[in-house]
Amino acid sequence: MLRFLATFILVLCALGPAQAQDQNLQYILQDHHKAVERASRKTIDPLLKALADGKLPAVPGFLDAWRNKNVWMSKEDGQFYFLADPKADPVEIIDIETGEALGTHARKGMKQLKPNSGVRTILASALVEFQLKDPDLQTRTEAVLAIERGADAAHLPLLQAAAETEPNSDLKLRMSRLVRLLTIRFSKDTDARIATIKSFASDTSVDVRSALNPLLETRTNAAPTLPDTINLARRLVPGQQFSTDEAYDLLVKQGLAQPRQDLAARDAILIENIVDGRVGDAPVSTLSTEEARDRAYQKLVQLGQAPALVTRADVRASLDEHVFYEEYLEPDPGITTAALATLDSISNRVDLYATIDLGLDGLSLASIYFLAAIGLAITFGVMGVINMAHGEFIMIGAYTGYVVQQVIPDYTTSIIVALPLAFILAFAAGVALERSVIRHLRHRPLETLLATFGVSIALQQLAKNIFGTQARPLTAPAWLDGSWIINDIISISMIRIAIFALALAFLGLLIFILTKTRFGLEVRAVTQNPRMASSMGINPERINMLTFGLGSGIAGIAGVAIGLFAKVTSELGSAYIVQSFMTVVVGGVGNIWGTLAGAGMIGSLQKFIEWLNPSNTLAAQTYMIIFIIIFIQFRPKGIIALKGRAAGD
Amino acid sequence: MTRAETLLELDKVSVSFDGFKAINELSFAIGSAELRAIIGPNGAGKTTMMDIITGKTRADSGQVKYGDHAIDLQNLSESAIAQAGIGRKFQRPTVFENQTVLENLTLALHNDRSPLKVLFNKTTEMDRRRVDTLADEVGLTDHLHRTAGELSHGQKQWLEIGMLLAQEPRLLLVDEPAAGMTPQEREHTTDMLKRAAKTCAVVVVEHDMEFVRRLDCRVTVLHEGSVLAEGSIDHVIQDRQVIEVYLGR
Amino acid sequence: MERTFLARNPSVLVFLGALALFTLTVTILSEGLGIGFLSTSFIKTLGKTLCLCLAALALDLVWGYCGILSLGHFAFFGLGGYMIGMWLMYARTEEIVVSSLANVPLPPTSEEIRDAIGTQIFGVVGGAELPMIWSFADSLTIQLVLVVLVPGILAFLFGWLAFRSRVSGVYLSILTQAMTLALSLYLFQNDSGLRGNNGLSGLQNLPGAENVSQATLSILFLWGSALALGSFYIASAWFMSGKFGSAIRAIRDDENRLRYLGYWVESYKLLVFVVSAIITAIAGALYYPQAGIINPAEIAPIASIYLVVWVAIGGRGRLYGAVIGAAFVSLISSWFTGGQAPDIPLGFYTIKWVDWWLVLLGFGFVLVTLYAPKGLGGLVDQLVRRKSA
Repeated sequence: MLRFLATFILVLCALGPAQAQDQNLQYILQDHHKAVERASRKTIDPLLKALADGKLPAVPGFLDAWRNKNVWMSKEDGQFYFLADPKADPVEIIDIETGEALGTHARKGMKQLKPNSGVRTILASALVEFQLKDPDLQTRTEAVLAIERGADAAHLPLLQAAAETEPNSDLKLRMSRLVRLLTIRFSKDTDARIATIKSFASDTSVDVRSALNPLLETRTNAAPTLPDTINLARRLVPGQQFSTDEAYDLLVKQGLAQPRQDLAARDAILIENIVDGRVGDAPVSTLSTEEARDRAYQKLVQLGQAPALVTRADVRASLDEHVFYEEYLEPDPGITTAALATLDSISNRVDLYATIDLGLDGLSLASIYFLAAIGLAITFGVMGVINMAHGEFIMIGAYTGYVVQQVIPDYTTSIIVALPLAFILAFAAGVALERSVIRHLRHRPLETLLATFGVSIALQQLAKNIFGTQARPLTAPAWLDGSWIINDIISISMIRIAIFALALAFLGLLIFILTKTRFGLEVRAVTQNPRMASSMGINPERINMLTFGLGSGIAGIAGVAIGLFAKVTSELGSAYIVQSFMTVVVGGVGNIWGTLAGAGMIGSLQKFIEWLNPSNTLAAQTYMIIFIIIFIQFRPKGIIALKGRAAGD
Repeated sequence: MTRAETLLELDKVSVSFDGFKAINELSFAIGSAELRAIIGPNGAGKTTMMDIITGKTRADSGQVKYGDHAIDLQNLSESAIAQAGIGRKFQRPTVFENQTVLENLTLALHNDRSPLKVLFNKTTEMDRRRVDTLADEVGLTDHLHRTAGELSHGQKQWLEIGMLLAQEPRLLLVDEPAAGMTPQEREHTTDMLKRAAKTCAVVVVEHDMEFVRRLDCRVTVLHEGSVLAEGSIDHVIQDRQVIEVYLGR
Repeated sequence: MERTFLARNPSVLVFLGALALFTLTVTILSEGLGIGFLSTSFIKTLGKTLCLCLAALALDLVWGYCGILSLGHFAFFGLGGYMIGMWLMYARTEEIVVSSLANVPLPPTSEEIRDAIGTQIFGVVGGAELPMIWSFADSLTIQLVLVVLVPGILAFLFGWLAFRSRVSGVYLSILTQAMTLALSLYLFQNDSGLRGNNGLSGLQNLPGAENVSQATLSILFLWGSALALGSFYIASAWFMSGKFGSAIRAIRDDENRLRYLGYWVESYKLLVFVVSAIITAIAGALYYPQAGIINPAEIAPIASIYLVVWVAIGGRGRLYGAVIGAAFVSLISSWFTGGQAPDIPLGFYTIKWVDWWLVLLGFGFVLVTLYAPKGLGGLVDQLVRRKSA
């Protein structure tokens, strides 16, 4: 029994290594030794199949190394190794299976495997194939990402095969989309390409456009007659789609016409030929006009001292003898037509999304203007007072936010504290201004404007003295960072959404205050008929004071909001004051809806003009102001105007 | 009254403010040398009617025909209407308070009003005489060099009437000329308006029945934006509807 | 007529006398033509101040007399400066270019000179071509006409649009402010054709007058500015004395009354606005050669508002008020902000006037508006009245 057992173990031991050798990379390679050492495209397939069947984890690493000529063969035993550093001698050899260092070896005993380029291509595909079929999702995802970044024709069938068997549905989707994109670029099957191109008609992603655009690349050409073998994009007429100079340069480049002498070359030749202060016959001092220089040059030509000029007429004649055209690099017109149609459809959709995005931008700008202007509108509407220091109340709000953040480091808490505090401070400043100045200037709107302007100068300079001229940070809490991204084109930053919400909240709040509260009733009474209101027991002084405070307080809150995305400086308010005035004037005085309409119009208009001329926001503001000046012509009382006696004229 | 004599005719004029009909299908006519009083309770549309005639307010519908060629005043600006010969006196005396009586009257003189003409204008002897006549007419000869703001309330009213007369108008619209005047001043004012009505049409809007009675002219009663009654003062104050409107129902 | 006009307006004579005396005194004390007591830079400051006085005078015509509060008059001032600046810069650059091209083998053609000027002037904003608007920059005559024409047309268009639709009061003020903001933003662009925020520089060098020293030039410009101020002072006083002036003041006090008297108020306003803009532009054209540089920041709304502040402090509605205000406040401002005023040590804090002057000016202006709406000119009036009483 014991003997039998021992024999059994012995047998096992003998079998064991054999079994293990079966799973060993080195073993498989040795099996196909010749195919490895002298790899060629014809002989490599069985080896790859064996490696694929073996399903060994070390295979991708080996293939990669082999492809990069980092596999060496021992001349003694024919075993394959990696080298730690091929330049060293003796070299340190590394096991291809485990990556363990196996000791050193004389360098001349090792032979580098140098697969030819055809083999290397096959190896690369095989590598990708291995990765795409790797059991690890991470590896497969990385392989797909690698293909997305840089694909070649060979990836297409691999990916196609992998997509069919991919178990992860997300990755499968991504793979099949990539297959479609690769089909457009690499497929040999024209019909499949056209069908795939058409299938992308409603896809606005950037990768689709970057797959389609190369199909429509063109080359400008000139020829005596239009060749009929080309995929013509369009004919070009010199002087229309491109200048005659460009056309002629093209002819010169293609060797179809004589190079022309430009003015600099002409002048250089003239200078070369100055002899005793004369060129040709002419004294140098007379060559101060183009005509004189041309004459002198012609003289040199006659004397044979300069090459003949290519004249305008020559240019014209050469141009007439040739046709100019753009041809697609892609020879198949079916493909280019489909690509054009698809891009067209995509760009329509992109335009639509861009319009929506523009609208959202406009909306958020409108919210800012609304917040900045509504306080002004209230004071102007109720009291007929233009407060030039309104911008400085906005500034007070912004600096309040900054100071609170110095005290309370948590951004979220500090904003929550800053908003009411900014309201209170600006409210107090407003009440103080009303009591001390504006009250004494009733019914003298221009003088109120001047006096509040004085306050504005003083407050601005005070802020400069206290906080310095450099911008102070007012940092938004983390949850306000980032954007809400709807698709490749439409996205909107969280701060802007928050400001929109704030504006909406204030719209609601103000409408509530003005229509549903006693204070609102009294405000409306004072607005419409102050004498009547005061005879009914309403104290207009108190109402004016509170109204002014309210308007200023909202400016303070607007300041915090604006400070979150703009720089907090002493000039913060004045940057918004003119736009706020515009908003009030355009919207119509004495009406919250008017201010809303004004803000909406100015905000969207500004974004629209910026969109028309994106490089130049300064010009956008200029045009917007001009537009407003003209708009006032047609609606001098704003969008929402009061009529009749209430208008007070 | 025949067409030829009609100086101003309002034909079914309506205007509304935010839904409120201030003037409702109002028809009204006045001859070329006639004194007319218009009375009516608050909100009857008296001031709005004047606004329409003088071009301050545009009517929603209807026509305002004026003068020998029956031009439509609706298309003219305030200044053009004034140049066509319609003068207006406001309820509160509106004169240029920072300027002298002389300057006020000179400004109003019937001369070319284009800016360049005015800039190079030389006050002629005739202008000066005309100003003197006017000042005499409204009793301000002794105050020519005083600032208008220093005048008494009644004197300001007269100055304004004087300025209207200086325009040599064909139609005078006078809004409550007697408000805040002493009895003597009223009498003076009545005489002034009566004299004026000899050369041009005069429309007087007034609350004070006594004053209207002294004007001794045809009276038009406005109510809720249209004509309620028209006739002599004695005729209209006996009108049942007029009594109802004035005394309440 | 003229004699009787001056006889009727003794204050004009007083003003002209004072102006002449001032100019003479400064000349005698100057470095260029006198004993050298006053530095050239101070003479330039005085010359510039005279130009600001002229602008204030022009603003007083529209605001003090006609009741149109323009918060955008520096748009005209700046445009006047730009128009003359274009010639100054072009002609000066041409001289430099011609002298630098003197040694090239072929004598330069006019195109080459123009190209070189373009590169020289517009290299700083990455351009090389002279824009269309510089077409006439080589002609002093045309640019002088443009000094009047460009601001005049702008004022005409703006005024025509605004007055026609009866925009008045604070609305109008805000629109004028918007106008100057729009203009300055436009000029801030590099492709506006006027060198963006670099503006035009080197304007103090008068082309063709290389041999005249800056000290002499400064006196010449002082005389020019004084002459302009004096002439326009007489013209304005005459403008405002007769029936026309009476009509203009009537517009300020009650434009509706005037309208019902048959005056086409809009045309009067337009005339005064345009004339005022042109005077302001001439002031600007005299100012910037003395300042040496003009850029769009000069046209920013705040500059125009300061002009308003000067007129208000001096006393609007009287010509000498505007002039006194502009002279007094602008000189005292540059004294304070220039760092010449002594700081006030309080022990715990030192009041530096560079920092605190604007605070003082701002609150001081509020006080003037509240308690002395007629400004310094009003005080003069009171003094005169008390003497005669």
